[in-house]
Amino acid sequence: MDINDKNYNLSVEIDKIHLRNPTMLASGILGISQSIFERLYKENVGAVVTKSISVNPMKGYPNPTVISIGGGSYLNAVGLSNPGVDAFSKELSKNKKIPIMISLVGSSEKEFSRMVKVFDSLSILGYEINLSCPHVSKMGMEVGDDPEAVNKIVKTVRMNTTKPISVKVGVGSIDVVELARVAIDAGANIITAINTLRAMTIDIETMMPILSNRVGGLSGTAIKPIGVRCVYEISKNIKAPVIGCGGVSSWQDIIEYMMAGASAVQIGSVLGSNGPKIFNRITKDLKNYVEKKGMKNISEIVGIAHKY
Amino acid sequence: MPTNIDNRRIVRIEQTIVETPTVKTLVFKDSLSHTAKPGQFLMIWIPRIEEIPMSVMINSKDGYAAVTIRKSGVGSTALFERKTGDLVGLRGPYGNSYTLKKSYKKILIAGGGTGLVPLLRLASYAQKLKIQSTVIIGARTKGEVFFENIARKIIQDNDSSLKICTDDGSYGIRGTTVELMSKVLHENTFDCVFTCGPELMMRKVVDLSNENSIPVEASLERYMKCGIGICGSCCLDASLVCQDGTVFSGRQLSKMLDFGNSYRDKDGQRINYS
Ligand SMILES: Cc1cc2nc3c(=O)[nH]c(=O)nc-3n(C[C@H](O)[C@H](O)[C@H](O)COP(=O)(O)O)c2cc1C
Ligand code: FES
Repeated sequence: MDINDKNYNLSVEIDKIHLRNPTMLASGILGISQSIFERLYKENVGAVVTKSISVNPMKGYPNPTVISIGGGSYLNAVGLSNPGVDAFSKELSKNKKIPIMISLVGSSEKEFSRMVKVFDSLSILGYEINLSCPHVSKMGMEVGDDPEAVNKIVKTVRMNTTKPISVKVGVGSIDVVELARVAIDAGANIITAINTLRAMTIDIETMMPILSNRVGGLSGTAIKPIGVRCVYEISKNIKAPVIGCGGVSSWQDIIEYMMAGASAVQIGSVLGSNGPKIFNRITKDLKNYVEKKGMKNISEIVGIAHKY
Repeated sequence: MPTNIDNRRIVRIEQTIVETPTVKTLVFKDSLSHTAKPGQFLMIWIPRIEEIPMSVMINSKDGYAAVTIRKSGVGSTALFERKTGDLVGLRGPYGNSYTLKKSYKKILIAGGGTGLVPLLRLASYAQKLKIQSTVIIGARTKGEVFFENIARKIIQDNDSSLKICTDDGSYGIRGTTVELMSKVLHENTFDCVFTCGPELMMRKVVDLSNENSIPVEASLERYMKCGIGICGSCCLDASLVCQDGTVFSGRQLSKMLDFGNSYRDKDGQRINYS
């Protein structure tokens, strides 16, 4: 690769996946439109993860569903609204070159196998199984908190695809490392950590919870140290690549996550205040950092903090 | 005084104005909204019911603004039913705005219904910049014409520059906004056309302006959850109406497949206008 290429020295390998750079779009952020994915790709995103897709379309909760709580942090209880497997496979049907991971959410093995059967013929990198959405009953975290269910679902997806599977874990009642171990033992290849954390906010004037679902998930700057800790502990204890996520808003945050052990890093809610061009800016800065440090490739820093 | 637009302000509705049996204007005090740019919107919280995007209506009193609601869905109906003294929350104003170039001398403003909200704010800004506005207000029938007096006041009561049309001819000139616009373009030249209203009307206004090589800008509406570029529910081709819009140029719009053709439902499925 040419030294003038904007991704020179930034390429990373995550299991069987090759990415031109370690930046990814987190699930649920601008994640339902192929045209938007193409725009992000032009802005030099490494890969995108779609909104979590379920078997049937879901309308989600009424608004307010997403709110800023200041300081670069957010609360959301979107309620996993998504167009469902059939409409979404149509959405992605013309995809050729965009590196896309499809996020899956569901309550039973049957639902997951149905979705993977539909999606598997598309041009995609693989799957991210969402076992960590903290605000919808019988899905996400409620499944993630049940190791037996996790085991069965991951095995089912494994049986239906040869593509890489990442399992997205969060901070629930089961330790992330244990959950990650169950997922990898069941056949997952990668762990994504973390999702949002259960949280709420109340308006003191009206005395009412603001989110329509009352409780939602905290994301953004506030959760970054928790995400870094989870990535660190998972990568220390489990032999599988980790994708970091949570509170990333700058190139420095990406470096920090990689030093904790992440092979790639997702950007979520902070995209809002920066717009899609944040990927272009951040990858430029990452390239400069790698050059300044005299490294051949950015992956040299993955897990480097474990030495100390 | 709040300075961060993301901060939720709780405001009291100070006045309600009935525009038609299904359209109401609610007036409140909020300095950030008072100085909103034409085309920007607020996210209005109707506590424990909904939060919906609303274009910011002008109000002549310093520090005040308003929203004008047509009742249709759950959120807009709940907001429509709010009374003087009730509390609502708001954040914003968000989004870009119409561009008024200093070099403009004459502009054409064409819209209908609550689409007039950003257009009247635009007309009042144009007035301050000494740009002459011709305003076309279109409606299906007489009972649905509103804001005539406000429009007249803003463009300073020049009869020839305010033109009203109804589809059934019950008020003003008989015909559609686009038919009237086509006539107006024959008799006058304009530096730019500005439009807001039903999308199929805007599509025709944009096409007609493009055919006549007049710059045109339209303010669009899409279902919104976040209003701040995170959720993607407002996408229009590769653009986000909340962050890249609400205002798009004729050149941008003529390349879009969704414009005038389809929108996204609450679950993100693409639905065709038909
Ligand atoms: C509005 C919104 C919607 C989200 N939807 C999903 C989702 O569908 N599936 C999922 O796995 N994570 C979802 N997430 C979580 C994000 O992917 C990410 O894990 C979390 O926001 C932390 O990253 P951040 O701090 O960079 O936002 C959502 C987050 C937000 C803010
Ligand atoms: S409304 Fe959420 S991105 Fe526009």
